Amino acid sequence: MSQHAANGLASRAKVLTVDNMNPNVKRVEYAVRGAIVQRALQIEKELKEGVKKPFNEVIKANIGDAHAMGQKPITFLRQVLALCAYPELLQDDKFPEDAKQRAQRILEACGGHSIGAYSSSQGIECIRQDVARYIEKRDGGIPSNPDNIYLATGASDAIVTMLKMLVCGEGRDRTGVMISIPQYPLYSAALADLAAVQINYYLDEDKCWSLDTAELRRAVNAARQHCNPRVLCIINPGNPTGQVQSRECIEDVIRFAKEERLFLMADEVYQDNVYAEDCKFHSFKRVLFEMGPEYSTTVEMASFHSTSKCYMGECGFRGGYMEVINMDPEVKAQLTKMVSVRLCPPVPGQALLDLVVNPPQPDEPSYHQFMKERTAVLATLAEKAGLTEQIFNAVPGITCNPVQGAMYTFPRIALPQRAIDKATEEGLAPDMFYCMRLLEEEGICLVPGSGFGQREGTFHFRMTILPPTEKLKIVLQKIQDFHVRFAQEFS
Amino acid sequence: MSSLQQVNPTVRGIRASAHTRLHRLATHIAQDITQDITQGALKPFKEVIDVSAGDPHTAGFKPVTFVRQVLAACLLPRLLEEETLPLDVRRRAQRLLEACEGGSVGSYTASSGMCHVRQSIAEFIVRRDVGVPSHAKDIFISSGLQRALMVFIKLLAGGQEETRVGVLTPVPCPHTLPALLDEARLALAPYRLAEGRRWAVDVDELHRALKSATERCKPRAIYISNPGNPTGHVQDRKSIEEVIRFAAAERLLLLVDEVYQDSVYGPGRRFISYKRVLFEMDGEYSDTVELVSFHSLASAHMGEGGLMAGYMELVNIDPEVMHFVDTMLCTDISTPVTGQLALDLMVDPPRPGDLSFDTYSQEILLTRAVLSQNAQRAQEFLNDLPGMSCQPAMGGIYLYPRLHLSPHIIEKAKTLKVEPEDLYCQMLLEEKGVLLGAGCQYGETAPSYHLRLCILVLPDTLEEVLARLASPPSTVMAALPAREGRRHGEHFVTHQWCPLC
Repeated sequence: MSQHAANGLASRAKVLTVDNMNPNVKRVEYAVRGAIVQRALQIEKELKEGVKKPFNEVIKANIGDAHAMGQKPITFLRQVLALCAYPELLQDDKFPEDAKQRAQRILEACGGHSIGAYSSSQGIECIRQDVARYIEKRDGGIPSNPDNIYLATGASDAIVTMLKMLVCGEGRDRTGVMISIPQYPLYSAALADLAAVQINYYLDEDKCWSLDTAELRRAVNAARQHCNPRVLCIINPGNPTGQVQSRECIEDVIRFAKEERLFLMADEVYQDNVYAEDCKFHSFKRVLFEMGPEYSTTVEMASFHSTSKCYMGECGFRGGYMEVINMDPEVKAQLTKMVSVRLCPPVPGQALLDLVVNPPQPDEPSYHQFMKERTAVLATLAEKAGLTEQIFNAVPGITCNPVQGAMYTFPRIALPQRAIDKATEEGLAPDMFYCMRLLEEEGICLVPGSGFGQREGTFHFRMTILPPTEKLKIVLQKIQDFHVRFAQEFS
Repeated sequence: MSSLQQVNPTVRGIRASAHTRLHRLATHIAQDITQDITQGALKPFKEVIDVSAGDPHTAGFKPVTFVRQVLAACLLPRLLEEETLPLDVRRRAQRLLEACEGGSVGSYTASSGMCHVRQSIAEFIVRRDVGVPSHAKDIFISSGLQRALMVFIKLLAGGQEETRVGVLTPVPCPHTLPALLDEARLALAPYRLAEGRRWAVDVDELHRALKSATERCKPRAIYISNPGNPTGHVQDRKSIEEVIRFAAAERLLLLVDEVYQDSVYGPGRRFISYKRVLFEMDGEYSDTVELVSFHSLASAHMGEGGLMAGYMELVNIDPEVMHFVDTMLCTDISTPVTGQLALDLMVDPPRPGDLSFDTYSQEILLTRAVLSQNAQRAQEFLNDLPGMSCQPAMGGIYLYPRLHLSPHIIEKAKTLKVEPEDLYCQMLLEEKGVLLGAGCQYGETAPSYHLRLCILVLPDTLEEVLARLASPPSTVMAALPAREGRRHGEHFVTHQWCPLC
C-alpha cells in the first residue's frame, strides 16, 4: 500500500486545487468575456427576476456577435445547411436548385453522406479545393494549393494551433511573439497558456491606428534582450481598432518580417468588412507574391479567415481555415500530425465555409436574393461605422478614429484625475471603472481598453457597431449622456 | 525558414499514429482499385472496408430522424411555419431557438455551453442515476470529448521528467488517447486490463502500475472508459467501487469516459455510472472523491461525432478550479451550436406519446439490436479462427481480438521497424482490403498482440469482413504456428512484466 493509503483518508485536501494547478492556466484571461460580462449576465438575471433598474435590457455591445444583435442570417446559406442536415428536404420544391446542388455536393463528400460523420482532420478535401479556388480568385490568380489549406474550428483554433507549433526554447531563447497593442485578447491568452513571450508593438492612435515599421523595429530590438522573436501577428482589418492597412504598410511589414526572419500570422477574418471609401482590403498573400520571388519564396506566413464575421456573422458554426505559405515540409508534417489529435473541425462549419467561398454565381437562381442580402448587411455596417465615428467625435472628452473596417469602435476617453483615483482605490483599471458604471447606470456592456492593451496613461473602450441602427443611435446617445455626467461627477 | 528543430518540442513529442498511416494507405489502395477496376483489371476485392474506428454514419447507419429534423428547423426557421415537419419537432426547435442569442444558431453561446442545454443534461443525469442530484453549473460543454478531456488534463499538467504529472491509463485504451496526453505534456502510466476475465479492471494491477509509475512521474489521475474502449468490458458496481476506493486512497482524480453508456448488450449487464456508484457509497467517498465524467455525440445511437460536441460533469471539483475550466473554454469562444442542440436532443429525446416517439424508438432499437448481434457473431467467428482468440464484449462498439503471431512475422516487423500488429494490419489491408485497428497503437508490448474491430457496422458489412478474415493473408498463413488460441473462460496470466513501467 502506498504512503497515501497508509495515512488513510484523513486528508481532506483536494487532489486538484488552484495552488497545485498548472501555473500557465492561471495567467490565461480573455477580456471579451471577463469580469464585466459576468456582471452583465448577473444584471440580466436580476432583470428577469423583476429587479428594478434604470433600464429594461442589457445591451451587450462587447462581443462581435452579429446575430445576437439581430442581424439576419443569409437565406441561401441556411437553406443549404438545412438540406445537409435533413436531406429528405431535397424533395421539397420550395428549395432552389442551386441550393440543392450545393447540398448534394457537400453530402457526397461526407462519410455516409452525413454531416455527422467525422471528416479527415485537415478538412474535407473538396472544400479545401474550393477554398483554394476562392483564394486564387480573390488574389488575382496567384496559385493556392489545397494541401496548404487547413480547415479549423473557427480562425481562433487555427491561430492557437499555429502559435503552439512555433513556441520553443528556454529562457533567453524562448519564442517571442509580436502582437499589436491594442490587440484581440485571444492572442495574449494563447501566449500565456503556452508560456511564450509576448512582444508588444504599438499602433499609432494619432495616425488612425496605423502601423509604423520604426515601432516594429523598436519592439523587436528591445525584445531580443530577453527572448527569441520568431513570430509577428497582425490583424487586418484590425480588432479592436478597425484600421485597414494600406498596401504600402503591408509591404513594409513583409520586408520587416523577412529582415528579422519572422513568421507572419495574418488574421484576415474581417476581410469583407471594409467601409471607408479610401480603404481597400489587400491580402497579405497577394502583396507577398506581387513583391516578387525574393519575398514570395522565402517569407513564411499563415493567413486566417472564418465564417464568424463579414456579411455572414455565423459565429455559432465555428467555421474557419488557415493557408500556410512557404512552410518547411517537415514542419508541415508536424502541423498535420497535430491537427489529427483533435479528430476534425465541425462538419456543419466546414459546409458553411464551402458556401462562403463558393457563393451563388450571377447565372444561378439564388444570386439576386443573395447579393441583395449581402449588400444590405455590409451597407448597414458601413452606415453604422460612419454614424458612430460622427457621434462620438461630437462628445467632449471622447475621440474616435474612423472605423475603416471590422466591427468595432475603440474611442479614447478622457478621464478626470478624480475618477482615476477612485478607480485605483477600488482596485480597478480606470476604464474598467468607467465601463462598470456605464453598465450599472445604462445597461450597456462594453469592454474596457485595458483588456486590449493601450499606451500608458490612455483609456479606451471597445464597442461593437452591431446593434440595429435605431438601437445603436440610442446607445450612442446614452453613452454621450453618461460621459458628460461622469465627467461632471468627477470634475 | 523555420526548421523542425524550431517546432515546439511538445508537438514533436506527440507520437505519430499508426492508425493515420494505415488510414492513408487504405485511401491510396481504395483509389488504386477504383482506377484499376475502371480499367478492367481483376482485383481480389472490389472495395476497401474500414472497420478500424467507429463512425456509424460512414458505416451506413442513418442519423436519428428526430435530431436531424429539429436541427433543420433550427437552421432554417421558416420550416417552423410550414407543416413539412412533425409538430413535436417544430415545438422543440422553437424552444431551442428561444434559448439561442438573437434566436439564431449563428450566435456565440456562453463558453461553457448554453444554459438551457446544460440544464437538460443535468436533468438527464438525474433521471439516469435515479435521483442522484446533478447541477447545470457542474456541466461543461465543449467541442467534443477530446476537447473536454484536453481542457481538463491541462489543468493537471506540470513538472518535468520524474516530476512530470502522470495519468494511469488502461492497456488497451482508446487509440486517440496517447497523443492527447502527449500534447498536454502528461506522462502515461499504463495499467493492464485482465484479458482472461473479459478485460476486467484488476485492482492489484492498479497498485502495481501506480507503484511502478511513481518512480518516473507524479501520477495524479486515473483514466478509465466504461463501457471499455476498445475492450467492450462493462464494469459492475463492485468493480467501480473498487476503482473509486483505490482512487480515494491513492489521491487520484478519476477521469471516466462513458461515451458508450447507451450501448450495453452483454447478458445480465447494465450500465451504471461512476457518479451514481460514488454517491451511493459512504460520505467519506461521495463527498470527497474528485471525478470528471465525459460523454459526447459520438455515442453509438447518435453517431454525430462530426457535429463536434460533448460535455463533462465535474464532481467534487474545487469551485475555484471550475472557474478556470470556464476560462480555458473561453479561448474556444464557444462550442458549435448545432452540436449543442444535438446534445439536448440526445439527452432529452422523444418520450412515449410524442408524435416522433415511434420512429425514434425504432431507430434506437435497431442500432442496439445490430450492435448486439454483431458482437456475438463476430466474437464467436473470430474466436474460432486459427491464430485468433476473442473475449466477448458486453458493451461499446469494438471487439479486441488477440492475435497469435508467428516468430516469422514478429521478426519481419522488427526488420521493417514497425510493430507486428501494424504489419499484420497492413498485410490484411493489401491482400484482403480490410482495415482493422492495430493494437500496438498504444503501448501494447510483446508478447501479446491485438486487433481492434469496430462492430457498429451493417450486418452485411460484418459478414463480408468476416469472410475476408476467414483466411489470413497468404503471407501470414504460410508462417502460422499451430493453434494456440484460448477459448473464452480460460484464465490468462496477466501479471506480466511490462517494459513500459
